Amino acid sequence: MSHVATVHSLWTISADAPAAILAPDIEYMQLLPVLIVIGAAVVGIMLEAFLPRRARYYAQVMLTLVALAASFAAVVGLAASGHATEKAQIAGMGALAVDGPALFLQGTIALVAIVSVLTFAERRLDPAAHGNRVDSFAAQGAATPGGVAEQQAVKAGFTTTEVFPILLFAVAGMLVFPAANDLLTLFIALEVFSLPLYVLCALARRQRLLSQEAALKYFLLGAFSSAFLLFGVALLYGYAGTVTYGGIAEVVSGDLQRVDPAVAATMGNDALLLIGGALVIMGLLFKVGAVPFHMWTPDVYQGAPTPVTGFMAAATKVAAFGALLRLLYVVLPGLRWDWRPVMWGVVIVTMLVGAIVAVTQTDVKRLLAYSSVAHAGFILAGVIATTPSGISSVLFYLLAYSFVTLGAFAVVTLVRDAGGEATHLSKWVGLGRRSPLVAAVFAVFLLAFAGIPLTSGFAGKFAVFKAAAEGGAGTLVVVGVAASAIAAFFYIRVIVLMFWNEPKPEGPTVAVPSALTSTAIAIGVVVTVVLGVAPQYFLDLAGQAGVFVR
Amino acid sequence: MENLIGLLVAAPLLGAAVLLCGGKRLDRAGHWLGTALAAASFVIGVVLFADMLGRDGEERALHSHVFSWIPVEGFQADVAFQLDQLSMTFVLLISGVGTLIHLYSVGYMEHDARRRRFFGYLNLFLAAMLLLVLADNYLLLYAGWEGVGLASYLLIGFWQHKPSAATAAKKAFIVNRVGDMGLSIAIMLMFTTFGTFAFEPVLAGAGETSEGMLTAIGLMLLLAACGKSAQVPLQSWLGDAMEGPTPVSALIHAATMVTAGVYLITRSGAVFNGAPDAQLVVTIVGAVTLIFGAIVGCAKDDIKKALAGSTMSQIGYMVLAAGLGPIGYVFAIMHLVTHGFFKAGLFLGAGSVMHGMNDEVDMRKYGGLRKYMPVTFVTFGLGYLAIIGFPGLSGFWSKDKIIEAAFAKGGTEGWILGGVALLGAAITAYYMTRVMLMTFFGEPRWKRDASGAVAGASPQRPDVEPVAENAADADTAHPATGAAAEPHPHESPKSMTIPMIVLAFGSVFAGGLFSLNSSFVHWLEPVTGHDHGHSPLSAAAVTSATVVVLLTGVALAWAQYGRRPVPVLAPRGSLLTRAARRDLLQDDFNHVALVKPGEYLTRGLVYVDAKAVDGAVNGTAAAFGGLSGRMRKVQNGFVRSYAVSMFGGTAVLIAATLLMRAV
Repeated sequence: MSHVATVHSLWTISADAPAAILAPDIEYMQLLPVLIVIGAAVVGIMLEAFLPRRARYYAQVMLTLVALAASFAAVVGLAASGHATEKAQIAGMGALAVDGPALFLQGTIALVAIVSVLTFAERRLDPAAHGNRVDSFAAQGAATPGGVAEQQAVKAGFTTTEVFPILLFAVAGMLVFPAANDLLTLFIALEVFSLPLYVLCALARRQRLLSQEAALKYFLLGAFSSAFLLFGVALLYGYAGTVTYGGIAEVVSGDLQRVDPAVAATMGNDALLLIGGALVIMGLLFKVGAVPFHMWTPDVYQGAPTPVTGFMAAATKVAAFGALLRLLYVVLPGLRWDWRPVMWGVVIVTMLVGAIVAVTQTDVKRLLAYSSVAHAGFILAGVIATTPSGISSVLFYLLAYSFVTLGAFAVVTLVRDAGGEATHLSKWVGLGRRSPLVAAVFAVFLLAFAGIPLTSGFAGKFAVFKAAAEGGAGTLVVVGVAASAIAAFFYIRVIVLMFWNEPKPEGPTVAVPSALTSTAIAIGVVVTVVLGVAPQYFLDLAGQAGVFVR
Repeated sequence: MENLIGLLVAAPLLGAAVLLCGGKRLDRAGHWLGTALAAASFVIGVVLFADMLGRDGEERALHSHVFSWIPVEGFQADVAFQLDQLSMTFVLLISGVGTLIHLYSVGYMEHDARRRRFFGYLNLFLAAMLLLVLADNYLLLYAGWEGVGLASYLLIGFWQHKPSAATAAKKAFIVNRVGDMGLSIAIMLMFTTFGTFAFEPVLAGAGETSEGMLTAIGLMLLLAACGKSAQVPLQSWLGDAMEGPTPVSALIHAATMVTAGVYLITRSGAVFNGAPDAQLVVTIVGAVTLIFGAIVGCAKDDIKKALAGSTMSQIGYMVLAAGLGPIGYVFAIMHLVTHGFFKAGLFLGAGSVMHGMNDEVDMRKYGGLRKYMPVTFVTFGLGYLAIIGFPGLSGFWSKDKIIEAAFAKGGTEGWILGGVALLGAAITAYYMTRVMLMTFFGEPRWKRDASGAVAGASPQRPDVEPVAENAADADTAHPATGAAAEPHPHESPKSMTIPMIVLAFGSVFAGGLFSLNSSFVHWLEPVTGHDHGHSPLSAAAVTSATVVVLLTGVALAWAQYGRRPVPVLAPRGSLLTRAARRDLLQDDFNHVALVKPGEYLTRGLVYVDAKAVDGAVNGTAAAFGGLSGRMRKVQNGFVRSYAVSMFGGTAVLIAATLLMRAV
């Protein structure tokens, strides 16, 4: 007994010993949207291990859909109980913010993921291989393209049902990304959603070499940009002695009360702040596809399986813009006068390059990729407005844009010839004569991209440009409108191709999709039209959600 | 009772909708449906009239608010009706004459494959015209105004397979646009001045408004009236409008629509009363047109075009009267109503003649028809006596009053206007006697001689220069017409003669009835006001002068066309005759003054558009295309290049950020 007491006394008399180990205080309820998705992803991996091959597809699709729906329900529940407004707070020991923008973006991501899962699960478009219905993904990702192993895998009717848990991991990272409240969480979330995307990009069933090339490019450039971002994190830590957003903001604004002696030597060095901030911003600009960090987008969008492209183009943008918003509004508002001019340049170049280069594209997926670059520019114009209406306009734009994008890529999966999807624009000539419905739906999405009134694209663009103009960026608006005019050219050109040209005799066929893709496209159209005709409710929703917690 | 007012418009509107949307199923009974709905409108009108007579003069107006059309803060447009004595007069005229002409058309259009559509358009016209006269504000009036313009366009061009009809329809529409512009500007001026365009506040507020503004509004209203009522300088469309089927000419281009301008001026009396300058212009326009139309009427060999010139001239009388202010409003409307009877009757008579003469319209190929068409002859003859103002008949009462009122204007103006009106009466007598003699008297000029060709019968080409016509006849027309059958003039069916007879009764008795105890003056006075003026001449003197000039005109015409045989081929004629045949060169003038400059302007604009605008657009497109082609070369597919781009971009980002701080 006595030596126990001695030990105990040693502990108590030790002057510098840790006072007590406190269990981390985790607000599980508020992290529920993320936890559900991560849990389901883990369960999904387990299913891959234990379920018989035949049962996996249905189990995975059901699990994924249920998990995402539950996650969305959790988001709605949190928002309904006031966590988006008066009860907004920092949760998870300072790692995550639970506030309006976070919940709005998480809800958007969950919805986008749900629709994406529908296109992932589509098994009617490709002709059955050896009597097995197949989806857009490789039979066996590890098999060499064109090799014996691949042939055997196809013959055996393998499908890569792992894509569903992989998707869930990516979604988990994306849910965390816009809510991340310190730089390390930001970085980890970035990797959590990027790595699964690299894998997904490599998994195309057709044109696997192109797909693998795209994945490798994406991975290399992604790693490169991650390195920049991480370096920027380090520099910011050196500047502020902390990685939390609130802490850095305090140092920037000069409100800090107590300085940690360990980092006092470098603290307050503005060079560290400026370089570090620029590097972190660059890492995020890479993800949103802003010029000059956009070069991966056309190659990757083209090579990746089209459902993945749709998911990536929609969800990644939402997550990355969310993170960028939080960084600029919470961490660096005190540096507004430093980063705004630079960002102005980025916005202008992004809008113009995206729109101009798209003019000469001949592949639908590359066209949409450049269009996404131009749209990144439009959204950035709202981001740098630095007003509350800037935040809400960006939130609305992301919601609108992501569904247009999903729908457009879903339509791309339908137009096929013998080699799979027929993405070359010459194949789309006269599509409106053969398949008026499909062409009309695609036309709706193109009009929304172009920002024609009564589509969500117009409401979004109007909100963003209005915010930018109110934020004193009139020049940006002028350039943005000019870029929109250029962009309208190639959107309308596709419509002209589809409707006002005679179809070619050996043109592609339009596959009849199952209810899954049909539903995805229908949701895209409905959201596009509803947000275009009656945007006010959603604008109000985004407006209420437009305040960051610190 | 108020609720019935809407039905006046709704009945023919329903007819138009049913007939135009109903399709071929209605081909067999559609014309009767259209006629029945027109008659329904008339019956409702009569019921409302009886009800109105039961009240005293000042309380006769009824108002009916149907719904708010454009309810916007500071801009209130209502669909609301106002039925007062002025509107009532028009309602009875429009629906009454309209019903008769519907009935007439049943026979006239019997062999036309598109008869159902024709009745649909006629009903549409009735609805629009009733809307025009029943509206209680200028905006709704404008809707009716455009509606009758549309119906007029559709009906002039009803035989759209004839290029001349299609062109005439377009011409009427385009010339009317000029006038419509005036009306829309007038409405805008009213709105800026009074903040509303309802009749009551506008007309009540006219007293406190500056004369300049009233003059502007008045002149714009006059421009509108000129377009719709074919007054100089917007008169050129009416002659061509005779390309439409004859019932259309009778209803729209004689009795009702073309008088809308007179209605507009009378309705806006308060505006004009406050703007003497505008009134003076109105009287000048009326006087010029009344002579202009009469001269044109003298020279035309096409019976319908002669009547069209006459219509123009008679409306000139009405506009002149309306321009005289309270002295003339009542008589303008009275002449309008009597003219509605006799001119519609004359047109229906002309249609009946054409019906019996293989659609020949050239009066030089008529002659001696009274024996073959007794009913047409008598009804047309009564209309003729009425229009020239033969004592005791309708036209006498109303025209005489206008001439009196013109003198009563006083001063030099009075003398000039009265003199012009008298001169017009003489010319009217001349050209109408000419029409009468050429058509119903003399030797028949439509019979073939032994060779089977003759009597110079040629395909109807009334507007060609006579000399050219001769040449054309000599070279080509004769062999062709040799095969044409000789016409067999015959009386028209009952459905056509009955309306003519009814209208003849109106031509004979309406004027006298209106003048009995000045009943028409008392009827309209509460709405338009009335003033006797101070005539320098006694009523008896004016009447005697009128009768004298009338007899002079008749005698002149008889000397020229009654005593001597009428040549089948038109003689070359004097300079004035040739000019009058060409509608006094109005088209030539328009061509030189408006069409040519317009063409040059268009060509210039097309040139600028093709070279400058398209050049700029295509150049911009090409520039962006080239830029795009260059920029996409950067996208070479190599990761190393992409990485360099990212690195360079980051470097620039950092440098720029640091630079910003340094600056």
